[in-house]
Amino acid sequence: MVDNIKRSLLVALWFVFLTFPLMVVKVNTLKSIVEWRWMNMLWVAIGAFALSLVWRWAMARRQLKSKKAEQGEDESVKAGFATRLMEDPKLYKPALIVIALATIVFPLVVDIYQTNIMVLALIFVVLGLGLNVTVGLAGLLDLGYVAFFAVGAYTYGVLNSFYGLGFWTCLPIGGLMGALFGIALGFPILRLRGDYLAIVTLGFGSIAKIVIENWEEVFNGAKGIAGIPRPGFFGAEMNITSATTYTYYLMILMVVFAIFITNRLKDSRIGRAWMALREDEIACVAMGVDMAKTKLGAYAFGAFWAGLAGVIFAARNTYINPNSFTFMESALVLSIVVMGGMGSIIGVIIAALVLILMPEYLRAFSEYRMLMFGAVMVLMMIFRPEGLIANVRRKYTGRKVTTEDANA
Amino acid sequence: MPETNNTLLEVKNLTMDFGGLRAVDAVSLSVSAGEIVALIGPNGAGKTTFFNCVTGIYKPTKGDVLVHPPEKKSQKINGFKSNRVTTIGMARTFQNIRLFQNMTVLENVMIGRHCRTTTNIVGAILRGKKTKRQERETVERSYELLEKVGLVDDADEFAKNLPYGAQRRLEIARAMATDPFLLLLDEPAAGMNPQETKDLDELIVRIRDTEKIAILLIEHDMKLVMNISDRIYVMEYGKEIAQGAPMDIRNNPKVIEAYLGEETDA
Ligand SMILES: Nc1ncnc2c1ncn2[C@@H]1O[C@H](COP(=O)(O)OP(=O)(O)O)[C@@H](O)[C@H]1O
Ligand SMILES: [Mg+2]
Repeated sequence: MVDNIKRSLLVALWFVFLTFPLMVVKVNTLKSIVEWRWMNMLWVAIGAFALSLVWRWAMARRQLKSKKAEQGEDESVKAGFATRLMEDPKLYKPALIVIALATIVFPLVVDIYQTNIMVLALIFVVLGLGLNVTVGLAGLLDLGYVAFFAVGAYTYGVLNSFYGLGFWTCLPIGGLMGALFGIALGFPILRLRGDYLAIVTLGFGSIAKIVIENWEEVFNGAKGIAGIPRPGFFGAEMNITSATTYTYYLMILMVVFAIFITNRLKDSRIGRAWMALREDEIACVAMGVDMAKTKLGAYAFGAFWAGLAGVIFAARNTYINPNSFTFMESALVLSIVVMGGMGSIIGVIIAALVLILMPEYLRAFSEYRMLMFGAVMVLMMIFRPEGLIANVRRKYTGRKVTTEDANA
Repeated sequence: MPETNNTLLEVKNLTMDFGGLRAVDAVSLSVSAGEIVALIGPNGAGKTTFFNCVTGIYKPTKGDVLVHPPEKKSQKINGFKSNRVTTIGMARTFQNIRLFQNMTVLENVMIGRHCRTTTNIVGAILRGKKTKRQERETVERSYELLEKVGLVDDADEFAKNLPYGAQRRLEIARAMATDPFLLLLDEPAAGMNPQETKDLDELIVRIRDTEKIAILLIEHDMKLVMNISDRIYVMEYGKEIAQGAPMDIRNNPKVIEAYLGEETDA
């Protein structure tokens, strides 16, 4: 401990020295004098000292943990609070009810601005859940996920402005178009892995944006498509407030729907094949799994959700242009998946809410958004590579049946 | 080896080149129903490459791989992808264990059932009667297999947490889950202690006798090979240098030379 404090003091001293010209000395060119801001020096020293201490403590804890794991003192003994919450019905049932009530009353107690932001956050929850299948379950890194989001949004935008098709017609079409593009783009990259896959998908994402920007006749180029109708409700007239509230509830339904479906897939023949493909492709194929079919299924399924989310995104904004579909969005969704914990549904939801809502509410942060993401990602990789909430594998019961059979 | 009615696998003059390197050179081999056949040879002889060609991981440069599945029509399978080979009924294990590390032991075996079940994405979402039945059967069959290899108590453990010997047995269970008529084992005893090797020996014989699965195995442990094999093929530098019953192989001067006489005296 004393050693830690000593070292942290040294670190603090070093930082003071490094930041001295920047933080302390200020040349006032108007009055031709030099200001000495000694207070800043104190702050830097205290900040560096505290950070260094925290860092050292965290690293020590981490080492202790891995040592314990090596000695066979299993993690299962001290299942984290989150895991307990999910497994014990006495805990998770009330929690679920509280969350459900909170989501229902949310738009009634806050103003339309908040609801609108929440809708955006929920759109990213759906995107996160979709990408979670492709990246988290099937292990196919996709840096161009935003392309499918754009496909959905522009499907609605174009079909509406050219043919006057409504939201409810375009929603399934958008999802299917996303899935179709997922398959079409999945084909050429079936054999790619790791870095190569990342580079090519990154390219797809950029290509999508460039095509949209330059194909004026269809996509209206950089000007974008305006006047996209919000979701309709049997032709009822709605003012902006009720339309937003309606979109919010719609989004909640969609999130529930997405959770339900991804959950079912996870614990199915298909979901297991996706995971096996992620774990070891050669072994997986050697065990009789059709690689092309399985991979394309994962791409299509992930892209399907992006397509759906895109349609709703277009309806929420009533206006879309290529700037909504940049690499930044792909990176954001990927961060959500990584931060939430590959393959973990609850983790992804929490991460999406945090990453979208935080910059909205803490305006000061929004300028440093990318910086924050970077820092968060690095810290995550060091301290919690399994994500906020690690994916818990399901336990199957069925042994009883076999032993009974054997006895009979 | 003349083709008999119950030949299962027939490989003719199989050759595999890696650039200028001929890893397997005109090797012929056959396995009949109810047999345990061993493929031995020094490291780098080309045994694993031979397996990879037969199971579709590599496409052989020359030669034919014919399978005669019981009660089904014969097929020439060179160039087939490995999932098709497995679906036809030949399953394998790997020399350098290739389990699905972050899946449970049971799930590893369940993957083996993939090619014998049919649920698609829509079916998995709707979870209808047929899906539920298949899922139940998959779980039951997987537990059954785990019981056979003695891993049932570790069913919910992650595969990566198993000790080495258990991982090898899990690979065998996973391969058996695909309902093969021929099991190809690549050095199943590598890294096992004598007791584990003895258990494995019994397990392999039991698989042949009670499950009616023929076995082709690569192995370095001469005691195991001599104990359980009906016939042995010997490879060196890609070529087949001998074949025959264990007794003949043990006394074959070429084989003794290949092994420098040090391992064959076991
Ligand atoms: N994918 C490959 N590319 C190039 N050479 C290979 C490849 N796989 C195996 N070899 C070479 O083929 C030879 C036989 O290897 P292998 O089949 O693994 O031998 P064994 O299993 O009998 O020990 C070795 O010389 C090895 O280096
Ligand atoms: Mg080998």
